[in-house]
Order: sequence, then C-alpha cells, then structure tokens
Amino acid sequence: MAQTRSNAFNNIIAQFNEPWKRYIAFAVIIALLLMAPISLGPYATVILTNALLYVVLALGLNVAVGYAGLLDLGYAAFFAVGAYTVGILTNTFGLNFWLTLPIAVGAAAVAGIIIGTPTLQLRSDYLAIVTLGFGEIVRFSARNLDITGGASGISGIEQPWLFGWHINTPFEFYYVFLLLAIIAVVVSVRLQHSRLGRAWLYVRHDEDAAEAMGIDTVRIKLAAYVIGAIFGSVAGVFFAVNLGAISPESFSFQQSVLILMAVILGGMGKIPGVILGAFIVVLAPELLRDLGEYRLLLFAVGLLLVMLFRPNGIWSVKGK
Amino acid sequence: MSTQTETILELENVTAGYGKIVALNGISLTVKTGAMVTLLGANGAGKTTTLKTISGLVRVSGGAVRFESADITQIPAHEIARRGLVHVPEGRHVLRGLSVRENLELGAFTVKDPALRHKRMKEVFELFPVLEKRQHGDGSLLSGGEQQMLAIGRALMHGPRLLLLDEPSMGLAPKLVIETMRIAKQLSEAGTTILLVEQNARLALKLAHYGYVLESGHICMEGEAATLRVDKSIVQAYLGE
Repeated sequence: MAQTRSNAFNNIIAQFNEPWKRYIAFAVIIALLLMAPISLGPYATVILTNALLYVVLALGLNVAVGYAGLLDLGYAAFFAVGAYTVGILTNTFGLNFWLTLPIAVGAAAVAGIIIGTPTLQLRSDYLAIVTLGFGEIVRFSARNLDITGGASGISGIEQPWLFGWHINTPFEFYYVFLLLAIIAVVVSVRLQHSRLGRAWLYVRHDEDAAEAMGIDTVRIKLAAYVIGAIFGSVAGVFFAVNLGAISPESFSFQQSVLILMAVILGGMGKIPGVILGAFIVVLAPELLRDLGEYRLLLFAVGLLLVMLFRPNGIWSVKGK
Repeated sequence: MSTQTETILELENVTAGYGKIVALNGISLTVKTGAMVTLLGANGAGKTTTLKTISGLVRVSGGAVRFESADITQIPAHEIARRGLVHVPEGRHVLRGLSVRENLELGAFTVKDPALRHKRMKEVFELFPVLEKRQHGDGSLLSGGEQQMLAIGRALMHGPRLLLLDEPSMGLAPKLVIETMRIAKQLSEAGTTILLVEQNARLALKLAHYGYVLESGHICMEGEAATLRVDKSIVQAYLGE
C-alpha cells in the first residue's frame, strides 16, 4: 500500500521530466505567485515573502551542499554578512543602498575564500565543523561589536529607492523577493548545466577520480562555497532593508539548520525540490499554527517521516 | 628496445610515507617512451605507493620525480594528470549513479575540443564494445571486469602519454585477468607507455619489456622481463614452482 502510494507520487514528479511540461508548470507557478498578494491579503503576503527569501537562501546553500557535496552548517553567517553590510554602510556611513549591494557580494566572497581555502583542503567532515564555528563566530561578533549595534542590532535601515520609486510596502517587497527567487532559479539552472556544474557532479561522486582526471578539486569546491555565500549575502541585503532592523538572533545556528533542512527535505541538488523544501519550512509552521505548542512536534514528526520514506528528499526522481 | 629511446618517467631516490610510516625507501626507476614496465612485489612492498607518489596523490618526502624531463615532484595531482600522466587507481572508482557514458566523459573533462572528445569516445567504444552497448546504464551496475574496462576507458579519454595501471586484474575471474592483460598489451602496442602494477607476476613479465621488483620500500632487483622470468630467486619468490 505504502509502496503504490509512493509510486503514484513518483509518477507525478516524473510528469515534469518533459521540458515543455516543466515550462508550463513554471509559468503557472509564476502566474499564481504574481497574483497571490492581490487575492490573499497582507498577512499571507508577508509569509510568502518569507518563503521566497528561503527559496533564495536554500538555492544558495544547495550550490554548496547539493551540487558540490559540501556540508555547510554555518550558512546563516553569509546571510548575516549581507544584512550587516547593508545595515552598517547605509546607516553609519550613509551610502546609497545600491552601492552596498556589490560591496556585500564582495564581502561574502572574501569571507567564503578565507574560510574555504584552508578547510576545503581537508575532508568534508572538517568543513562541517569549521563552518559551524564560523557561523557562531559571526553571530557572537555581531552581538559584541559596537559597529554592529551589539545585541539590539541595527534599526532604522532605510528602504531603497529605485529611479524615484520608494520600495517600502510589504507588497512591493513581495515582488522584489519574487524577482530575486526567479533570478536564483535561473542562475541555479545555468550553473547546474555549466562546465563547473559537471565538475561539481564528478567531485561530489568521487573526489579522487575527479582529481586523477585533472580537475582541481579544491578550486572547484571553493567556487561552489563562494557562489553559495554570494546567494546568501544578497538574500541578507534584501532581508535587512525589508525588515528595516536586524539583530544577531536572526542569524543563529537554528537559522542555518532551517535552511539546510529546506535543502535536504526537498531533495538535495534538485531545484524544484529545494524550492518545495523552502516553502514547506516556512509555510508548514504557519498552516499548523492552530495547533499551538504542538505544531513544532507535529512538524518534527512530519520531517522524520519524510526522511524515513523518502531519504533522498521529497523531490527524488529515480535515476538522476 | 634501443637504448636511444627517450625516458618519459624517471624516479630518483624517491622516499615517501604516510605520517611516520616510511613506505618508500629510496626508489629509482626509469620508464622509456613506448615501453611497458611492470612493478612486482609482495603485498605491502610499496607498489601502490610508488604509483601514488608518481601521480601526486602521495607527497614525496625526498628525491625527485621527472615526467618528460620536467620535475613534477611538488606538483598537485590534477596538474600532473593534465600533463598526460594518468593513474588508474586500484578499485576502479566507477562513479555510482552516473551512466557509463558520463563516467567516460569525466575522463575527457579537461579536453576542450569536442571533436577530439568524440573521436576518443569512438576509440574507447571500439576497444571495449561492451561499454558502447551499456553506455546509458549505471556504471556501478557493470560487472567487475566491465568496471575495470570503464576505468581504463575513462583514462584513455584523457589521452594519456603515460598510463599507470594499478592491479587491473584484481578480483577478476581468471579468464578476465587474461582479457585485461590482452587489453594492456593492445594499448602498449598502439603506442601508450604503461607502468603496470600486477599481482600476477607471471603474466606481467610475459607482457612487459622491463621489470622492477620491490621489497619493503626499495627496489631489490630489476632487469629485462625475459631475464626476470627465468631468474631463480624471482621464480621462487613470486612465480611459485
């Protein structure tokens, strides 16, 4: 019984193996998301904006975890780097928001290289430990430094202007995040099918064989780590201006785990799976809100069941 | 073999080890272009370590490795592979979950010219028709012998000028052992220089031009394969009878 049900589910997923069906599905989803705020109202719009933020974050982490097989337990650190870069530069130094964006990207890349270069030479287990530490260092630094506003963080971050248009309502931010999520999906697809994507595939499957065939495995892994960092940082930038205030607790270990959960739950390395995972991680606790304190318990049981019955994630297609 | 032939690979007094354990205790050997050279020795004598040292997977602690006259002692493994020195490691390393074809494509990853990649794929399929037949199947579902062919085929996709083969016949049925050796001979005759590590010393000495015998990290004997094959101490230690 369980077997046939899971087969039926696989069949649904397999429907999307054909490109034209996938494009139609993609178009329908985007159309629905474009109309969502109008029909669902402000509360749902805020929740959906959050889900789209997680789509960007999960797709970014997926580059490292799903594509290159690097277990990163401190991904929220890059999210923090982006958020604090924009917070500090616009508030303390009065820089224009759009100027801070490339700086945030650069800062994330530098942080990724500093952490990645020594650790990616080691076995992947060490990377997990080092990134875990890195995540905590960033959070503790943010809490204890004056420039980051200590435990209370930074507030009053100005919302951006774009050619005379002030992006400042939840509805506008919803569309900003929708655009970001679409860009993240397009970049992810392009990366997956690039030469770099092939190299990641080989490194993930067998590092020694890849090295023996002339692939610079350390550089390839560093590329994945840094690209993932940049996704996280850009998400952090827009997160900061959307809320207008940031504090260290937004970038906790729990946050890293939640993003990782979105990646693993949906199906590592598979873009539709990761998107699905991000939506589940954000929407499930909301949908279960009526259950009060039991909702986290139910959520946890649900996660366990998914991992038991679909260990490769919900969106796991046979073969690939 | 004429003495004028060029030396493609030269090890000079190479020492290497794992942590405090010394595995190679001053190895010197040369491989001439176009030759097939075999490394013999008991388990743990340092045969695999020698190959890993050459291909950069194990760091050299002393001495020098030269490939086509260039010092490659301190060069990272992927860079050595790019220069045309390709190691087919023991245990085949077939990529699970990827098709036979994708496994072969890994070998040609650094080959930028698509026409050349295509040509090499055709050559590999000619050499191993079974791989063509099963090109879309999962590489890890092949039999042991077929996986070995896949591992060698992948190395050939790279276009190696020197091929290091580590125990290609390990774990194969006797008939397949002979088949593997036939392939090694065929490659050698087609012009690929081969350094072969092989448990089956009798077979290896039949195919190779020259042989080195390793014993606890140093070379205790070397000579033309035909000479070694009839040498008393070799016969006693490695060939039985």
